Amino acid sequence: MTVNGTTYDRDVEPRTLLVHFLREELGLTGTHVGCDTSYCGACTVIVDGRSVKSCTYLAVAADGADVRTVEGVATDGELHPVQEGFWERHGLQCGFCTPGMIMSSVALLEQNPDPGEGEIRHAIEGNLCRCTGYHNIVRAVEYAAAKMRGEEPPAPDWEVPS
Amino acid sequence: MSTTSVLGGVVRRKEDPALIRGEGLYVDDIKLPGELAAAFVRSPFAHARIMSIDASAATAMDGVHAVYTADDVRHLGPVLAQVAVGTLRPPLADGAVHHIGEAVAMVVADDRYIAQDAVDAIFVEYEPLPAVVDLKAAAADEVQAHEGVSNVLLAWSGQDWWPGVTDELPDAKPVIEEAKARDDTVTVSLEMVNQRLIPTAIEPRAVLANWHAGYGSFELWSSTQIPHALAGAIAKIFGLPSNKVRVVAPEVGGGFGLKLNIYPDEILCCFASQRLGKPVRWTETRREAPASSIQGRGWVGTATIVGTRDGEILGYELDAICDMGAYSQNFTVAIPLLGLFVAPGQYNIPTAYTLTCVVTNTPTTDAYRGAGRPEAAYYLERVVDRYAREIGMDPAEVRKKNFWQPDQFPATTAVGLTMDSGNYAANLDALLEKADYEGMKARRDAARADGRLVGIGLSTYVEVCGFGPSALAGLGFSWSEYGQPAAFNGSGVVRVNPDGSCTVIIGTGPSGQGHETTWAQIVSDQLGIELDQIEVLHGDTAESPFGVGTFGSRSLAVDGTATFEASARVKDKAAAIAAHLLEAAPEDIRFADGGAHVAGSPDKTVSWPEIATSAYQPHTLPEGMEGGLESTAVFSPGNATWPFGSHLALVEVDPDTGNVEILEYWAMDDCGNVVNPMIVDGQIHGGIAQGIGQAMFEAAIYDDDGNLLSSSLMDYPIPTAADLPSFRLDRTTTPTDVNPLGVKGIGEAGTIGSAQTIVNAVVDALEPLGVEHVDMPLRPRNVWQAINGARG
Amino acid sequence: MYPRKFDYTAPQTIADAVAVLAADEGAKVMAGGMSLLPLMKMRLLSPATIVDIGRIDGLDRIEDRGDHIAIGALVRHAETAASDLVRVHAPALAQAASLTGDVQVRNKGTTCGSLAHADIAADQTAAVIALGATMVANGPGGTREIAAADFFVDTLTSALAPDEILTEVRIPKGGSGSAYDKLGRRGGRSDYAVAGAAAWVDKPNGTITAARVAVTGIGTKPMLVDAVGAALVGTDGSPEAIAAAAEHATEGVTLLEDLYGSEEYKAHLAKVYAARALTAALGD
Repeated sequence: MTVNGTTYDRDVEPRTLLVHFLREELGLTGTHVGCDTSYCGACTVIVDGRSVKSCTYLAVAADGADVRTVEGVATDGELHPVQEGFWERHGLQCGFCTPGMIMSSVALLEQNPDPGEGEIRHAIEGNLCRCTGYHNIVRAVEYAAAKMRGEEPPAPDWEVPS
Repeated sequence: MSTTSVLGGVVRRKEDPALIRGEGLYVDDIKLPGELAAAFVRSPFAHARIMSIDASAATAMDGVHAVYTADDVRHLGPVLAQVAVGTLRPPLADGAVHHIGEAVAMVVADDRYIAQDAVDAIFVEYEPLPAVVDLKAAAADEVQAHEGVSNVLLAWSGQDWWPGVTDELPDAKPVIEEAKARDDTVTVSLEMVNQRLIPTAIEPRAVLANWHAGYGSFELWSSTQIPHALAGAIAKIFGLPSNKVRVVAPEVGGGFGLKLNIYPDEILCCFASQRLGKPVRWTETRREAPASSIQGRGWVGTATIVGTRDGEILGYELDAICDMGAYSQNFTVAIPLLGLFVAPGQYNIPTAYTLTCVVTNTPTTDAYRGAGRPEAAYYLERVVDRYAREIGMDPAEVRKKNFWQPDQFPATTAVGLTMDSGNYAANLDALLEKADYEGMKARRDAARADGRLVGIGLSTYVEVCGFGPSALAGLGFSWSEYGQPAAFNGSGVVRVNPDGSCTVIIGTGPSGQGHETTWAQIVSDQLGIELDQIEVLHGDTAESPFGVGTFGSRSLAVDGTATFEASARVKDKAAAIAAHLLEAAPEDIRFADGGAHVAGSPDKTVSWPEIATSAYQPHTLPEGMEGGLESTAVFSPGNATWPFGSHLALVEVDPDTGNVEILEYWAMDDCGNVVNPMIVDGQIHGGIAQGIGQAMFEAAIYDDDGNLLSSSLMDYPIPTAADLPSFRLDRTTTPTDVNPLGVKGIGEAGTIGSAQTIVNAVVDALEPLGVEHVDMPLRPRNVWQAINGARG
Repeated sequence: MYPRKFDYTAPQTIADAVAVLAADEGAKVMAGGMSLLPLMKMRLLSPATIVDIGRIDGLDRIEDRGDHIAIGALVRHAETAASDLVRVHAPALAQAASLTGDVQVRNKGTTCGSLAHADIAADQTAAVIALGATMVANGPGGTREIAAADFFVDTLTSALAPDEILTEVRIPKGGSGSAYDKLGRRGGRSDYAVAGAAAWVDKPNGTITAARVAVTGIGTKPMLVDAVGAALVGTDGSPEAIAAAAEHATEGVTLLEDLYGSEEYKAHLAKVYAARALTAALGD
């Protein structure tokens, strides 16, 4: 399979989950495991253009697929606008859900460049965060969406020091 | 102590660049050569005798290195608890199991897949015993959770729990009884459940232990909030001095109290590593987490108010049974005590209380975000609302009428503790104005006239945090049981390196609170060193000063203050060096823009690298000055801090389904001075979300046999983005004089203020139907049952 | 968390897949895996062989076949939800697919996989029943057709034989409207259905000539409630007629209590959502 542009050819046990393949075999530990029932979304990656939960995906079934993980989102060291949005709008605290949250947000904005708040909230419904109450995650995605459209991001909630 | 103001400024977090790139290292991301993986056989019964354990098939499997049972680990003793009241947990169940999911045997194998295969191959024979789950049944002691041992551990009550302080309190009980007997008063009571919760940090706990036989030392990576306590506990258990145990808490993916504990898996991975001579890892699965980590809340009780018909509260009673679970761990029985500390809330009212701690055949409860204080605020603020309705007075007015007044601080409350500062009416008024409370009421009333079920909920709260005072060490506010008999001091090292950069090392154990950023701001504000030249280290007991950890909204008020004081000392020394270099008087030296200058002579400057160079080349220093440029400070506050606030929600209930929608959520919190408003708001957001989670969604549900019915996230629904509104926050600022920063603490406030705000709103929405209370969680079924019951 | 060992095969044709299933009692079909893998990770289910049908050509299409549309075994929930064909001819199914799981689940899980799994609280099950769909099963003896109303036998049990694969679901065109609505476990429409209902109606000239309502989440299986449709036929579909018909929403249903609802509550919700689905179906 191809992961973040690099092709890998490995033999794995059929029962190896994609998330464990990424983490243990390729050392890409940015993709996290937070549950066992496909609920938390910490393991979200993009396979062939679609966001999926890599904990509910056999590595063998991804043979030949194009996989993108959080490590592959920035280009040439430049943060992706979604990453920038999370930083600028305090869209993360402990950071554990963040890679999955970023991947879902990237996938959303690739399909819908101008989502409303409700659309953003539904798009990240499959990604649980216990720290932020999602408030600033929504702001982060709004920031990124504006940036990607070439617009000025909405002002932050807090006062900007002059 | 003087109160200075730290200028609150928003800066982007220093923590984030690694985390948003997926480069943050959590325990499960750290790999050691040759490491093995552990897994546990867990009990399918809540209460049973273990008749036999057959691990022969598992032991024979390829890739399995060891299977351990109680016989192998009994010598380690029980898992240490700081407040060691009740039965302590054996590392592996010894002869009997006392809750579902209790660890019975440990497998160590080449990897976690094989370890789980081996778990499946271990056969345990049990003889089931009657289990006790219901709290009233437990208190009645008819079935005992541990055979032959009373379920009732203790009751926090009356005047006798803190000798020397509470024994001098007036007894509130006769005052309250007298008020009840008057014919011009009303008495209202509500029996309510504050349900058990599974804390659910998104990072499951993880442990990696490595014994170095040659050095005679352990390295232990753990997703813990209390690295130094853990190092002390491991050292004590294995008979080592604490400096032979290095605990590292790297990135920690959320804590919320569940990582504020010494856990058997931490001990057992150390044990296995020592036995096998290899690193041993264990990573919790979500499915086992309800039993392998602590749970929170779990009270059933009655709150009663007696007051006049014009809103004067004459007395408040809280009588609750609190679920400790099967074993006592770190603070277990002290959690209700924390609730008791704030039982009277913002009100100057006689208060009587009995909080009975009982054992059940369920997993241990301990600190979960708020830890006792959300429960206390819930009971009080629900019954205050009930009282307001009974006398037909606006809930905001009733509250204001009974508040402590600003000129009464420091205020000694009905439970004997002294609150530092408060300005409650101003805070509530600010909220009501900001949220347009009058307009909101008009909108609610208009909706009601259309037959819609719309309601407004209000709650105020007081938090006690920033522990804490050295004098409380005897009440359990110390890590003495873990061989570290230090009070809950703060600590911080500020070191200016020879190149002029600055390293700050703190004894906290953050899990997302942004300490690196906030502490860098404090030091930068003092020294004028740019933020990007300041590195903040934490979580490694080998490099940091002894630290208590991060919990109870304590880090900034206590450890932040220590760092502030250390930086002040560095500043004094640097000023003396700069004065020497600039041939000026130290008192004329000012720090800004990456260096020092002489007041009034902005051209006479010396940079931090120049000051540092001099500090590390002592021949250039003033006569007699020691080389180096660093300071370690320990801060012991004279009191806890007492944040407060008011929350307001507008909700709508679907009468056909009982579905609750939060239309608006407003919060006005006061945590004293604020260092980084962005981070403080983030803490409140998350806290509110967890309070709403309790109010609307979450419940650890055990059946009468002690089986957990909500064992995965499928059946333990924590809020998603789609379930919550955006929050509208603002703050008032009432500094404390307990520390020179004037800061209080904000980690738990949102949770303490929110659950009852939602319940009050929903009950208000159902008011036209005559509903007086609905127990949490306000899942549609519960709300509909209330509606249906009221309609008859 | 960590599945037991199994053999894995990814055949290229339906015939090859069926042959594996027929030869191996412990074999289980996997399409998206969103229902199967969680059970395997929790070791509640441990097939000896996984037959991954994901590499079989031609199953990933939604086709217009004149009098019906056909949804292949590999069509994802997200594709069902977004398909113009489905939205026009089977809006109840498009809505149910859009309310299944979350974005990532909808990107990987398949409509046919969800139907074959026969979860009692799934969404699209009710929709295909109300739409009068036909399920196409491939087995060693060739293909057979099963009416959707007969497909769901019991909790997590469909009419498929162990060696059969659900390769397609066919939905007849026609009727004047259909809709699906539900109450989710976290309230609103999120998560599995506490109760849900799908409705299909035909109202050619102001009078309802045919109607079908199916319920999900409330009982031992998703099912067609004939009495609701029967009560509507001949009426004008007025709110009163809908309310009267919805009263029958639990007839023949074996109610099942769970953490999210008592039998009484679920029975009540069945009526509420039958009425809501009918109202929406008649709305367009």
